[in-house]
Amino acid sequence: MAELPPYPPIEPSEFDLVIVGTGLPESILAAAASAAGKSVLHLDPNPFYGSHFASLPPDDLSGFLDHPRPSSPDPAAASGGDDLAAASIDLRSLYSDVEISSFAPETLEQHSRKFSLDLSGPRVLFCADKAVDAILKSGANQYVEFKSIDASLVCDKGGNLVNVPDSRAAIFKDKSLSLVEKNVLMRFFKLVQQHFSGDGESDRISEEDLASPFVEFLAKMRLPEKIKSVILYAIAMADYDQEDKEACKIVISTKEGIERLALYHSSVGRFANAVGALIYPIYGQGELAQAFCRRAAVKGCIYVLRMPVIALHIDKESGEYRGVRLGSGQDIFSHKLVLEPSFTVPSSRGLLPQNSLMENAQVKAKMARGICILTSSLRPDESNFLIVYPPRSLYPEQVTSVRVLQIGGNLAVCPSGMFVLYLSALCDEASQGKKILHRAINALMNLDDSEISESTPASTVQTEEARADPLLLWRALYIQELTAGQVGTVSSTPMPDGSLGFNDALDATVKLFQTIYPHEPFFPETPAEDPEDDGALSVET
Amino acid sequence: MRCCCGRYTEEALDASAKLLEINPEYYTAWNYRKLAVEHRVGESGSSPEYVKSIFDEELKVVENALRQNFKSYGAWYHRTWVLSKGHSSLDHELRLLDRFQKADPRNFHAWNYRRFVAALLGRSVEDELQYTEDLIGNNFSNYSAWHNRSMLLSEILKKKEQESSSQDVISKEYEFVLNALYTDPDDQSGWFYHLWLLDQTFKVKAPLLVSSWPVPGFDLVVSGNVSFADHPLSSFSEFTVALERFPVVLYFNQNVEGVNSSTVTIQSTFVQNEDVTWKPLSLQNSPASKVWVGYLDLSGVDHHSSAPYTVEIKLGHHQGIMSSNGLQLSIPFDLSFTVSVKPLETQSSKDEKVAWEEDKFCACETHLQVAIPCLCYDGITVDNKYEPTTSDWQIGTIAEEISQIRNLLAISDSKIGKITLARLLMAHDAMSSPYATKTVHAEEVLGLYSELMKLDPSHYQYYKDERSLVLLQQLLSSRETLLRYCFCYRGITSPSAYGPICLRLNNQSISRMGSFDKLLWVQLLDLSDNELHSIEGMEALQLLRCLNLGRNKLRSFTSLDPLRYLRSLKVLNISHNEIGLHSIDTTRYSCSASPLSHNGEIIWSDDVFPPEDADVTNYWEAFMVFKSLELTQLDIVGNAVTNEKFKSFLLKILPKLQFLDGQNLHQI
Repeated sequence: MAELPPYPPIEPSEFDLVIVGTGLPESILAAAASAAGKSVLHLDPNPFYGSHFASLPPDDLSGFLDHPRPSSPDPAAASGGDDLAAASIDLRSLYSDVEISSFAPETLEQHSRKFSLDLSGPRVLFCADKAVDAILKSGANQYVEFKSIDASLVCDKGGNLVNVPDSRAAIFKDKSLSLVEKNVLMRFFKLVQQHFSGDGESDRISEEDLASPFVEFLAKMRLPEKIKSVILYAIAMADYDQEDKEACKIVISTKEGIERLALYHSSVGRFANAVGALIYPIYGQGELAQAFCRRAAVKGCIYVLRMPVIALHIDKESGEYRGVRLGSGQDIFSHKLVLEPSFTVPSSRGLLPQNSLMENAQVKAKMARGICILTSSLRPDESNFLIVYPPRSLYPEQVTSVRVLQIGGNLAVCPSGMFVLYLSALCDEASQGKKILHRAINALMNLDDSEISESTPASTVQTEEARADPLLLWRALYIQELTAGQVGTVSSTPMPDGSLGFNDALDATVKLFQTIYPHEPFFPETPAEDPEDDGALSVET
Repeated sequence: MRCCCGRYTEEALDASAKLLEINPEYYTAWNYRKLAVEHRVGESGSSPEYVKSIFDEELKVVENALRQNFKSYGAWYHRTWVLSKGHSSLDHELRLLDRFQKADPRNFHAWNYRRFVAALLGRSVEDELQYTEDLIGNNFSNYSAWHNRSMLLSEILKKKEQESSSQDVISKEYEFVLNALYTDPDDQSGWFYHLWLLDQTFKVKAPLLVSSWPVPGFDLVVSGNVSFADHPLSSFSEFTVALERFPVVLYFNQNVEGVNSSTVTIQSTFVQNEDVTWKPLSLQNSPASKVWVGYLDLSGVDHHSSAPYTVEIKLGHHQGIMSSNGLQLSIPFDLSFTVSVKPLETQSSKDEKVAWEEDKFCACETHLQVAIPCLCYDGITVDNKYEPTTSDWQIGTIAEEISQIRNLLAISDSKIGKITLARLLMAHDAMSSPYATKTVHAEEVLGLYSELMKLDPSHYQYYKDERSLVLLQQLLSSRETLLRYCFCYRGITSPSAYGPICLRLNNQSISRMGSFDKLLWVQLLDLSDNELHSIEGMEALQLLRCLNLGRNKLRSFTSLDPLRYLRSLKVLNISHNEIGLHSIDTTRYSCSASPLSHNGEIIWSDDVFPPEDADVTNYWEAFMVFKSLELTQLDIVGNAVTNEKFKSFLLKILPKLQFLDGQNLHQI
């Protein structure tokens, strides 16, 4: 094991809360706990902020996918005081089937530091989502700027990409909908709007309907197939084919469906400079975690990067958690501990069972993610856009939606003139997920489907693919595990989930915070320090 | 602020700039700056750079003022003034406008200024059109953008000389606006623009004579003095006018000017063309009118000869009769008719009371073998080689819009959609038959208005009025339907004989009168038991002798204004209306009769004007209506305004009155 750089000891050595990992949930927790007056030590074994939510150059990204962090030293080395026992911390691998292909290594090398690729892409913010609220409430908006996603597209039954008619203005401008379809869609939008804003009982959608599957409600409202598909997959962002009862693992209820639709709508026009519902942080998603960390630091949180945690200290008598031993050898004591999802704490003798963090068995599905670096935009007039391929739109056996996000150099995630493409799809196992991504990439680059090798072995070996599109400089495909978090004295945050936005991650984070600190407000509303600037999110045009 | 040597000091200018920054509405300060600029620029020896710096300074002051209040009239005006001096960077102006229009896309000051700048810049209409399209795309409720679009398109349409290319432009606009109508049928902006497009499509270009009195080929019988009772009807093709002179009425499809003895020539043995004066029948005292009247003097006629005189009227052979937009009468018209004089009957001249009771009328359809005079009009058009003014394209477009709006209404309930459909259907009927003789869609339109009256009670009256107009059009559209409402009046003295024809449109729940072009021949008109609140347009009925407006909803004497022009009117029933009930006379505030337009042409006859009478001032409005009439019978009972004092006032201004509220005044 490489020698750790000598660190001065951390002062003090006792904290209310120790957080390991600087992913977005951990960073928000650090900021919220600091804002609530708790003393927080925030550690990350990596030399960068963001953990699984980081934005990294291609090489660092490959390295992180292969070896999430320096391997853990032998926990036996940890020995506490007389009344303390050591419990081991294990690392689990959350990425598999990593496949990196570089088609122009020199070009990439030349610009290497100009890339910041999201580990958990594609992911964007809805202007009205909870993450935006948290950014505003916490004051993290001072440290991050955004740009609009210019367009949102969906693949229709004929395989054509059409704009998502997601607002009144978009419906009006749409060229692919018939006049009658425009009317039907807008009336449905109004119906949902009235459900949320109307005061009369007659305006509300009945409880019975709310509990029914969204797809059935849409059918009941007599929406044509085309519009149903747009609402389900491009607005409510359903993953599974809602029409296919057998294959559909997650059925969206009407209640969920209309909430997602309402989120979408309240996002359109929330910020004057944002053209649509979606925004993306300049310099990449990793900026969000960093912004919260800076906010936490302002409130007194102590930060140490490149600092692994090698063992837990357990009270011999009660089995309760007491503290951690750092990679530097220092012992730190705290009331609570939050670990990012790479860590597990196997149950061991002397450790209270609720304090052990087991590999989570509940989440079976995995995320297939892909990143491509392109030399030109897939669409001539737009550089930042989202594309949804609903289930079965690519090929009959496609069980889940593929979401594709292209981000251009104007968002400072790559050299100008280049573009980064993110893809993701839920899958049961790697080959299925990879196949969906391959098909989507081929469709996007107009490659013939027959050219893909279905049996591409999972390998990190750079394959000389002569058939690769000249657009493509670099490609990474990988499978990411999904984990649910765990809440207790020792808590675990969840992995980046399969959704496009941050709402679910935020919900989980707020719940975690409120369980740890049931009496503290999650970012108390404090009068803005700079009244000129309150409540504004900086969205560049 | 100006010192003795006539110089504007820096100090004063600074102060005015500061003042305007705080309060841009202070126009005195703007004027001061304007004078100062003119003075300084006019000073001898000022270099171009110096002049430029002065104007730059002004633009800066305006910009600061607009930041304070971007709807300040004074500030925008000042900026326009500076620019009109030939100074500015126009690109900078457009950028500034973009900022202001982003802050408030419906700021009409900014839109006005934009048009001004675009004209100065010579920016292409297409570029500006694209700009409106972008703003409408962002929010199609922005009527300011739609409005600017209509202004720009008017320019484009003017330039398109070929019919077909302007049709393309209009068709594309229909396609564009339908997106707004379908997406949100509740939004009015798109509908208003749609209405404007309809106007462009439907626009009747050249004026057209739609009706006249007398109609061509008519044999007019004139007698010196006729009472209704003792005049049996020999033939319906004859018509009786009880005057020493009789009117010729020309009814056009739009307001026209220039009807005079040089544009309309009359050939007859008894009257000189130059002796006829044509007058517009317009309440607005405007030189243009839809209806023109000229009186032919019969004094030169030999009253003992029964041989018919032929009268020939020619119009439109010389230029001069034109619409407000300068278009000439499209088709020349020739109409000839005969006039014969019936010898004066010696025993006549005893006026009898006209009674409106049911038993005084008998249905006359069975007796009438000949066409009612007004309905020959389609015949004329054939004789005059009528060429259709509407093209297939126009009718096709309207038909297409009808089907689009029907489709929309099938899926979406929209009030404004219903009214648009009603208008479209009427437009379609009018286009396929310019003389409104075919009303294919009338039933459907009546249904739509009835529905709207229920759906939208706040605009009940408007729908009711529109419905009335359609209903009248339907009732009067053909001979068969019209005959159902024609009755013979039987006087008291000769109950067996058939008297003059009375058109009875009573009890039809009509709230507004229309279709006057079909009624020019009417002498007796019964409109009782309706809901009329206006009789606008009735001035065209120059032959009208007896009019029953009893039991309607007339609210004021002002609403009876058209009666002032009816010189033949002798018998009037306005009993049981609401005259005097409402303290505020809303007629005056409606668009058609503004308080300012009230001083229309008054047929002054000084002998009936008692200038010192206090009652005249008290009952000024009644005085205005009645003083030019020579009523012999008036029923006014059942109005809030009537009392003994008012009645005695009436007796004073109506000296020929014989019956007031059924009482024979000569027997008291």
